[in-house]
Amino acid sequence: MKKYDKLIINSIGRMVPTEVNGKAQIPFQGVGKHIPEGRKYAPKISSCANFPSDGNKLVGSLKEALLKAGLKDGITISTHHHFRNGDLIANQIFDIAAELGIKNLVWFPSASFECNACLIKYLEDGTIHHIEGSMNGSLGRFTSEGKMAGMGVLRSHGGRYQAVQDGEVHINIAVIAAPTADIFGNANGVDGPAACGSLGFALVDSEYADKVIVVTDHLVAFPCIPWQIQGNHVDLVVQVEQVGIPEKIVSGTTEITKSPDRLFLAELTARFCEVTGIIKDGFSFQSGAGGISLAVAEYFREIMIKREIKARFARGGSNKYLVSMLEEGLVEYILDGQTFDLDGVRSMRENPNHVWTSPFTSYNYHGKGNFASLVDVVILGATEIDVNFNANVVTHSDGVLLHGIGGWQNCLFSKTVILTVPLFRDRIPVIRDEVTTICGPGELIDVVVTERGIAINPLRKDLIELTKNSGLPIVSIAELKDMAEKICGKPALPKFTSEPVAVVKWVDGTILDTIWQVQE
Amino acid sequence: MNNRIATAGNNGEKDRSDCFVSLELTPSGGIQIDLSSKVKALYGKTILALCSDVLQFFGIENAILKVEDKGALPFVMTARIEAAVKQLIDTDKEFLPEMLPENLSSSTRDQRRISRLYLPGNTPALMLNAGIHAPNGIILDLEDAVGISKKPEARYMVRNALRSINFIDAERMVRINQIPAGLDDLDYLIPHHVNLILVPKCESATQIQQVNQRISTIQEKSGLKNPVWLMPIIESAMGVMKALEIAQSAENVVAMAIGLEDYTADIGTQRTAEGTESFFARCQVVNACKAAGIQAIDSVFSDISDMEALKENVLRSKALGFDGMGCIHPRQIKVIHDNFAPDEKEIENAKNIVLAFFEATEKGIGVVSLGNKMIDAPVVKRAHRTIDLAVSMGKLDANWVENFKK
Repeated sequence: MKKYDKLIINSIGRMVPTEVNGKAQIPFQGVGKHIPEGRKYAPKISSCANFPSDGNKLVGSLKEALLKAGLKDGITISTHHHFRNGDLIANQIFDIAAELGIKNLVWFPSASFECNACLIKYLEDGTIHHIEGSMNGSLGRFTSEGKMAGMGVLRSHGGRYQAVQDGEVHINIAVIAAPTADIFGNANGVDGPAACGSLGFALVDSEYADKVIVVTDHLVAFPCIPWQIQGNHVDLVVQVEQVGIPEKIVSGTTEITKSPDRLFLAELTARFCEVTGIIKDGFSFQSGAGGISLAVAEYFREIMIKREIKARFARGGSNKYLVSMLEEGLVEYILDGQTFDLDGVRSMRENPNHVWTSPFTSYNYHGKGNFASLVDVVILGATEIDVNFNANVVTHSDGVLLHGIGGWQNCLFSKTVILTVPLFRDRIPVIRDEVTTICGPGELIDVVVTERGIAINPLRKDLIELTKNSGLPIVSIAELKDMAEKICGKPALPKFTSEPVAVVKWVDGTILDTIWQVQE
Repeated sequence: MNNRIATAGNNGEKDRSDCFVSLELTPSGGIQIDLSSKVKALYGKTILALCSDVLQFFGIENAILKVEDKGALPFVMTARIEAAVKQLIDTDKEFLPEMLPENLSSSTRDQRRISRLYLPGNTPALMLNAGIHAPNGIILDLEDAVGISKKPEARYMVRNALRSINFIDAERMVRINQIPAGLDDLDYLIPHHVNLILVPKCESATQIQQVNQRISTIQEKSGLKNPVWLMPIIESAMGVMKALEIAQSAENVVAMAIGLEDYTADIGTQRTAEGTESFFARCQVVNACKAAGIQAIDSVFSDISDMEALKENVLRSKALGFDGMGCIHPRQIKVIHDNFAPDEKEIENAKNIVLAFFEATEKGIGVVSLGNKMIDAPVVKRAHRTIDLAVSMGKLDANWVENFKK
């Protein structure tokens, strides 16, 4: 299988391969330009006759399940990341494969975390050929150094659903670690010791994979209610001692930042939304799980209370701050894609207005619409933004791949997209002449908020008009870049070899940009 | 040749925007620079060139310089290297970063000093964005916020910060060390357009005069004559007793502050939220300031997590007659501004008095009256001050008189 073939320039001016891991690729054509034809991919028909009539799909071990599901060289295995850094199952799959001498697997996770760094040894010994999914931290660095046999493929959450649905990725075995399940394979994330809230990222895997294995440490009698994953899609069920480490499942970035500079940024962002009338009765918003985003939601809350405004819904990762807004009646519904703390899990379990969603409903680009474009405002971050508003979330300015795309690309379809970023991090300017990797085309990015000024995309004449005489520090994006360089100095460009190591897919499955091997 | 290894800077796990350097002079072998940096890919070359420049500037030809960089800006790195160099060689030369034109500005005697943010003088990460929080003043602190062993290197850091960091509209203040040690700090500050010097633990007019003598000597040498204001800090029983003498000690004393941590220790008590123990001292300082016609500035409030308690503290402070307060965290600034600012009732009263004054002036009547009550001149003056403050803090429209008439 060829790692890549023939590079061409796509419509946003980036050099991209036309073949990746032996599969032909379509270069990015522009936003909304690539409209596929044909039919969706479909899994084979299954028959009740082949499944036990008592509904008992339990097998003795994960190894037995994997063998029954047809574990062999070269297949694609998927996992989900709802357990974040507390995941205990994904690594075990590859321990088993390595022990059996299986080679050239493709790992198709919905995201990776630092707890998966131990898989590097399997990338080195050939058990895993390559990863299609986010390569975070150590895995990203490994990829950037050109050490992975195949090309990494980075997709958004919606892009992952699209890739499976459109038949770009054929999942042979999906392993769905579930906090609660029954013997039939119905499963949910709201109960059990490893409760993580939603299981939405595993939905597409359950619907399209050849074989689906549910692994749980909390087996309940049929029926497991609610069934976020339907047992009718499930082949095999495994009971294990533990699927995830609870304190690592709900950890990390779920506290509001204490940094005064970041709080300042969050407050400025909220003020922008107030001044421009984005915060109005019945509006909707999405803000991520990072420290700044959480703080933005808190400032939204202050403004909403002061002005007696209620939001119709909030999208996104839920946490205690959003949950309290729901419980206070400031937000009518939470449409939750990912649950970040135990308050979120509790709320999802108990409150019918806290609704679990999936990348299909929220983000999938090849469907009859999705929720992302219905959201009034979304507040996101970026590692770099260029003077044309193009933004990067996967690589750092030194060229190293360190993050996944998550739902970031999908959220760019919101009515107003705000990137809230510090002007510089330590000495590294965030606003650049050109981003290292394009993850989002500038035409979709409306506003960049930094602590030293707010730049509005010239395409958004309405926002420019609304902020006149507002007292907000409105500047051009070029001025922001100059300010950053005046403080930090003009940075050198990262040095790459001519070897591509990964590609960034756009939400429609086309290739937006290439990540290159960093030069030592 | 001094053959020990000199070090400067910070390299703790949480330190950012800083670097740690160690320098060893060697008999031969030229300049060897060992750089580890989180921004090496972006700035590696310029950092190496900068390091060489500094060593060359000080005439060092053979040395081993090790730099552990955590994203230090150039002026931080040169301050660190210079601090190391000066432990090893005796020289009057200074490696000065370029002076930002905006940092040549002077401040005025009676400018607003409601909030002033303390920044540890040897911690560059906290300085870089201080201005965005819009305190009236920033204080680069060479005194209590810097450990004894770090005092010498902090002087280079503060000097370079005065030249290189745009603190936006904040008055640039430095708290020097206690007199007499603090006098030597002035050499690193006065030529670099510092606006105001805080003189800690002040106990006599003589100390202020010593400071002024040193300032004149430095200014004569440098030829710079920009105003340098002084703010003595009263932090002891003796200081409290000498408050008036200190407040009146020199023409350039524009404000006087009280420091309650040291004061309460000095009188052998604990600082409480209610502040009964310091009631006398606070009143004494306020009175001395008002008698001398300068601003009275209250002590910092040290619980940075409790904004409600800070608010109460500010309101008490304002009621006693203070004009401002120190802050140790940027989040305190807004609370201090909002609560020192005149409230609705004060603004309403002041508006009525000022309008009555305008009316009296228009009619050519010397006496201002409101209803059938005569208004004395100091009250009219205070009303004007309240209005000015309310306008400048965005609590009152600048065209309020016209709007009123409509």
